[in-house]
Amino acid sequence: MSVGKTLAEKILSLKSHGEAKAGEVVIADVDLAFVQDTTGPLTVRQFKESGFEALAKPQQAIIFLDHAAPSPAQQLSNDHILLRRFAEETGCRIYEVGDGICHQLVAENFANPGDIIVGADSHTVTAGALGAFATGMGSSDVAVALALGKTWLRVPESFLIELNGVFPRGVYAKDLILYLIGQIGADGATYKALEFGGDALAQITMPERLTIANMAVEAGAKVGLFPGDKITQDFLMEYGRGENYKPLYPDAEANYEQVIPVNLDQLEPMLSLPHAVDNVRPVTRVKGVKIQQAFVGTCTNGRLEDLAVAAEILKGKKRHLGTRLLIAPASRQVLIQAMEIGYIQSLVEAGAIILPPGCAACLGLHQGVLGDGEICISTANRNFKGRMGNPEAMVYLASPATATASAIRGEITDPRGFM
Amino acid sequence: MPDLVLKGKAIKLGDNISTDDIIPGRFAHLRSNLPELAKHVLEDTAPEFASKVEPGDFLVAGKNLGLGSSREHAPVVIKMSGVGAILAKSAARIFFRNAINQGLPVLLCDTDKIGDGDKLEISLTGGTIANLTSGTILDFGKMPPIMSAILEEGGLIPYIQKHKDFVITRSS
Repeated sequence: MSVGKTLAEKILSLKSHGEAKAGEVVIADVDLAFVQDTTGPLTVRQFKESGFEALAKPQQAIIFLDHAAPSPAQQLSNDHILLRRFAEETGCRIYEVGDGICHQLVAENFANPGDIIVGADSHTVTAGALGAFATGMGSSDVAVALALGKTWLRVPESFLIELNGVFPRGVYAKDLILYLIGQIGADGATYKALEFGGDALAQITMPERLTIANMAVEAGAKVGLFPGDKITQDFLMEYGRGENYKPLYPDAEANYEQVIPVNLDQLEPMLSLPHAVDNVRPVTRVKGVKIQQAFVGTCTNGRLEDLAVAAEILKGKKRHLGTRLLIAPASRQVLIQAMEIGYIQSLVEAGAIILPPGCAACLGLHQGVLGDGEICISTANRNFKGRMGNPEAMVYLASPATATASAIRGEITDPRGFM
Repeated sequence: MPDLVLKGKAIKLGDNISTDDIIPGRFAHLRSNLPELAKHVLEDTAPEFASKVEPGDFLVAGKNLGLGSSREHAPVVIKMSGVGAILAKSAARIFFRNAINQGLPVLLCDTDKIGDGDKLEISLTGGTIANLTSGTILDFGKMPPIMSAILEEGGLIPYIQKHKDFVITRSS
């Protein structure tokens, strides 16, 4: 029997103070527990119903007001009031409307290699980019994690995604993760950990890792884990917490349920077609579909590097008159940096609409709800029926480059013609 | 605590029913008003569901039930509709955990053997599903003991009220 540990086994062994083997159930310390404004109110009610009054670790508990931000409805405004009051009562942290998306703020400010992070949002897996065992849970589980400072976890079996080669021009981390989800299927990694390795990792930046880890859940995975390496260390130092870095690698003899090799050299721009994330095709086979909206943003692709790609492609060009181009920076810091560099100026001049930092149009609550029969190309992570607020509309998922090129032409377009 | 024997009819749905299908994000403003929210259960995908379901019935789905968002409101509105248990070939992990935390059993079995409207009798303790319409018996998969314990208490909150902590022996 193999004695080596996967990344998942390593972290869960450490945090459960024992030997965690795939398939076992452990009680693990929680380093960070958070909710957002559409799951948080139920967490607050479950917390109170349980009879709890105090948080186990108030400074490691966060409320993010990002999904309905600013609120489009009185009920959601009242939910915000409830959450602000809970923050006052318990002393937990709160990020306000306009501060940004929970997962981006967790990456910028909190996540460290080896941490356990539970969030009442399925894209909590994003922080796996920093080597954190970060997973989404429901409101009740997070309520109990807030109260006890721990949770139960089944130690997942791991798939090793072995990345080699380099991204060709016009091909991005988003294309890689869409391709992978197409290969694995929307339930192919259910209950499993996706662990990323291979020679290409040394070239895959933290923003790219965040995009990749973010969508692990779209293959059903519990976590999408990157090792803690030089790129992690540099990112933590850049964000003022270099002292939290510790190297984190799987053991050489670790046991993987599957090994999936991917040669980045062979990839091309990809799309997820309506209404399933694993309905993946190369852009070359879909181009020409007319679009009414293009959306660049979200926890998947709302970072500075994504806005840079959009601004670069739009330089000296305009969006198509029949296409609304929505841009939502993932955080206040992203917005500030994008203003300083001049991306926002270029984007607005090209006809883009800048939305406040937050989830924006992603989940169909506000800021870009689609009309009947309309098609949106989006850099988000989900294209389920009804996702952008209308079951009669359709959503295609793509990289920021593909979404921006498509906004210029008014139809789904291969971005490589703009480079 | 759920009844040990559940009886009802099957209401069949397909594969990959997402939490957006179960309760779309556009109704997020109703999440603090659960009775209003529950009126929209499966509205886009199976609009007939709400009128067909009677107390104790079973939601019977294909593979990957509940993929997508972590919204616990998905199992909440299914439970509020009167469903006594969910049967599926497979379920997304957050949805699975959320349903158990709401005291709503999720039983993994070969749902191809169940037709829409079939009368079922489920023994939760025995681990079997008797299809009274077809005369067949199906087994369902075991869940980890921690989940069975939470389900037996009627969900995570009653479990925690009783135990004040997670109580497990360190093993699968």
